[in-house]
This record gives sequence, C-alpha cells and structure tokens, in this order.
Amino acid sequence: MSPILELQGVKKAFGAVVVADDQSWSLQPGEALGVLGPNGAGKTSMFNLVTGTLSTDAGSIRLDGQDITGWSAAKRCRAGIARSFQVPQPFAHMTVFENAYVAATQGAGLSGRAAEAHCLDVLDRTGLVAKSNVQAGGLTLLERKRLELSRALCAKPRVILLDEIAGGLTEHECQSLIQTIRDVHATGVSIVWIEHVVHALLAVVSRLMVIDFGRKIAEGEPHAIMQSREVKEIYLGIEADA
Amino acid sequence: MDWLNAILQGTLLGGLYALFAAGLSLIFGVMRLVNIAHGDLIVLSAYVALSFGVSLGLNPLVALLLVVPSMALIGYALQRLILNRTMGEDLLPPLLVTFGLSVILQNVLLMGYSADPQNLQAGTIETASVNLGPVAVGVMPVLVFITAVVVIAALQWMFYRTALGRAFRATSDRQDVAQLMGLNRAHVFGLAMALSLAVTALAGVFLGIRTAFDPAAGGARLIFGFEAVIIGGLGNLWGTLAGGVILGVAQTLGAKIDPGYQILAGHIVFLIILALRPRGLFPRIDG
Repeated sequence: MSPILELQGVKKAFGAVVVADDQSWSLQPGEALGVLGPNGAGKTSMFNLVTGTLSTDAGSIRLDGQDITGWSAAKRCRAGIARSFQVPQPFAHMTVFENAYVAATQGAGLSGRAAEAHCLDVLDRTGLVAKSNVQAGGLTLLERKRLELSRALCAKPRVILLDEIAGGLTEHECQSLIQTIRDVHATGVSIVWIEHVVHALLAVVSRLMVIDFGRKIAEGEPHAIMQSREVKEIYLGIEADA
Repeated sequence: MDWLNAILQGTLLGGLYALFAAGLSLIFGVMRLVNIAHGDLIVLSAYVALSFGVSLGLNPLVALLLVVPSMALIGYALQRLILNRTMGEDLLPPLLVTFGLSVILQNVLLMGYSADPQNLQAGTIETASVNLGPVAVGVMPVLVFITAVVVIAALQWMFYRTALGRAFRATSDRQDVAQLMGLNRAHVFGLAMALSLAVTALAGVFLGIRTAFDPAAGGARLIFGFEAVIIGGLGNLWGTLAGGVILGVAQTLGAKIDPGYQILAGHIVFLIILALRPRGLFPRIDG
C-alpha cells in the first residue's frame, strides 16, 4: 500500500538551530503513529513543516503520492491535512459552533445545511455539542482541547496531526479524550500524535517514532521502542554506556 | 425649535458619516489595515458616478447600480494585486502604501477632471422635503440615513450569520490558524476590500449629491470616517453609526452657534470622547 503521508530528506534550520535534520518517514492509510522526544527535539516544528506553516529548506513532503512541498497551508488543509495545537488556539470571539463552521466551510468546502450537519455531527462525537453556542474564549482546558480536535475533524481530514492533546488533563479527562481519539481513528482517519503522556499514546498508536535534535533516532513497534536504549536515555537520563 | 432642527439634521448627517466609516471599520476589523486612501476612494466613487452620468446620461442614484460593482471590483483587484503583498506582522508597510495610493489618486483625479469643483445632479429629489411635525427634513438626507442603517444591519448580519462573515471573524481573531483551517487569506482579504469599497461607492455618490467635491476632498472625509469609527469603538458597526451621529450632531450644533465652528465642534467632541473613553463608547475589539 502506498503511504498517505511521506517525508523524504526534509531539512529545516533557523540559523544554527536545526529543527529537522534529514527527516524521512511515512504514514500508511488508516495508521496511527505516535511521536516521542524531549522538549525542543523538533516535534512541533515537524508538524509545522507538514501543515505548511514552515517551509522546508530541503526534501519533499507527499500527500497520497502528490508532492505538496510548495503548497500553502490553506491548500494543504483543503487537500486533507488538519492539526490540533498543543496550546489551544480557538477563535476566541466566536462560538464553538462557529469555530467548527469555519473549518467545515473553508477546509472541507461544505456549505449551507451540509456544513451545519457536519459540524453538529463532529461536535456530538467530540462531546461539545452542548457547548455549541458558548464563546470559545470561555471554555475550560479540556473543552478547548476538544475544540481543537473538533475543528480539525470539521475540515474532513485524511491525516490528522495531534500535538500533545492529552497534556495538562486529569486522568479522568485523559481517558475520555483517548476514547474520542480511538473513535476518530476507527472512522479511517490516519493519525500522527505527538504526546508526552505515554500511556495515552500507547492506547491508540500501532507504531512509535522517536525524535531528538530534529533527527529520527528510532522507529518501530511501541513496546519495543519503549524498552529501547534511545528512549531510556532521553526519558530516564541513562547514559549510553551505563 | 431651531435647536431640535439642528439635532435632527445632525443625526441625518451622521448617516453619511457612518457610510464613510463603515468600510474603514470593516477592513480594519478583518485585516488590521489602516486605509489612508479611504477618503480618496470615496471621492473616486463620486467621480466614477459623474463619468457614468455624463457618458450614459444616468441619474447618480441610478448610476449606483454600476458604481457599486465597479468599486467592488477595483477593491478586489487593489487588494490582490497591491495591498496583499504588503500585509504581514507589521502594520506600517500597508499604511505607507495606502498613503502613497492616496497621493496618486488625488493627482490622477486632478489630471483627469481638473481642480474645478463638481457636483452630482440628482434632480428634484435633492430639494424635496417632508414635514415632520414642527420641522422639515430633506428627503435626500433621510434616504442617506436609512441607507446607512440598512448597510450596517446587512454588514452585521453578514458578519454573524454567513460563512463569509465567519471567515472574516476567524481571520480577524487568528490569521495564521484560520489559514490552517483551509481559509485562503488572499481571497478573503480581497473580498473584504471589495465589500468595503462597495459601501464606499454609496458614500461617495451621496457625498457628491450633497455637496461639491474636488480631487482634494478626500482628506476631510477620511478624518470624519476615522472619528466616527473611534467614537463608536473599534469593531462595533452599530457603534460606528452612533459615532457618525454624534459627530454629525456636534457639527450642526457647532454651526448653530457660529457657522465657523461647524468642523471645529466635531473635532472637539471627538477629542473629549477620546480623552474620557480612549477605546470609544462601545468597543468590541481588544487591543
């Protein structure tokens, strides 16, 4: 099967700071890929490169076989890439429904009743439908994270990029969010998920990738990766030769 | 009774000022662009109506059917071809470009139409009046005021009830995130400027029917528009109408005291409001 998303030799540096160093990886249709790595490893920058917020210095990005490296962020979204932000960025002066509606009309190209129905369906799935008419600026953290997910889903993505969506939530909140993400995955949407809350990640993904200093340093079956030397070095501070 | 009359005339004049201001408010709200050429675009609209009137023999009120779409097209092209290239984090480059545009427009109009004052002849409706109890009001000022109310109600509806309006508000809130939602910023900005200049077209034609204009008449209209926006509070369209009315009433009351005080009185009231409520009377946009 050909990958839905594929990066080949992607490089990006800000002066001496390298955020993506010859990165190559791919995502299969319907797959859920987890991304681990210490703070500042270049995980969020990787998402910015995929969504088009940052432009690459070298390398190529393909969506379903099509080279999208030179595309604008808006065009990539309409082609099927959506993301959620680590720090939620709602349109604070608009209602929850309107936030979703912007993504449905602009990203998914829906209009009229179809757009409204799609928004309500997504908000129902993400558990926000009761808050439809609340101003997004007044939501709690969990609700804001759910709004991030809703907005991304309203754009009818083929690939969804989740950036630490479980961070900062209580255990109970985290469990309900995991269930929502599993439901999304079950509908066939491919997922790339950056997360520090490892148990949340392991509950959904079938493959893990570890990134440090902008480089991919390990990739494979989740439990094997968690046991690997690279992960222990990064998360537990164990020296390589110890 | 004279005072009541002055207040009424000022209120109706406020409708014209609100039309000057609505387009300005709209593009500032959507893209944080301060359009220094706005006054000159109002005057340009009046000249476009004049040309349609001369070449096709149209009454300026009928010519509006052509002037409004013409100005909207000019607005879309202006935004896509020139202003979008300057839009970014910094507010200054687009401001300077619109300043340059203002100078160019004035001089092009001077070359094309000379410095002689012109007037749009709308026929007998210009002098028609109706008696409202003890005072008489002109049909034209009433028509302008009603148009202003309808335009602002329509813009308000568009902003809060349509997909385009939500795209405008999303862009206004977080431009970068809006693009990640698939929103084509260049096109949305183009539509905002098109809408702004469509309203400007109405303002320009009504201005030309009310008073004589020349290529240098834009500056004062820009100031009146700004004052109405700021008195009403940024981002609040009904506030802009209130701002226009306050400015209009201040001017006619000033003129009542002494005809030389008309413009001055408007500026003084503006300064007092700015000193007491720097964010305007009914602000909606923060920061």
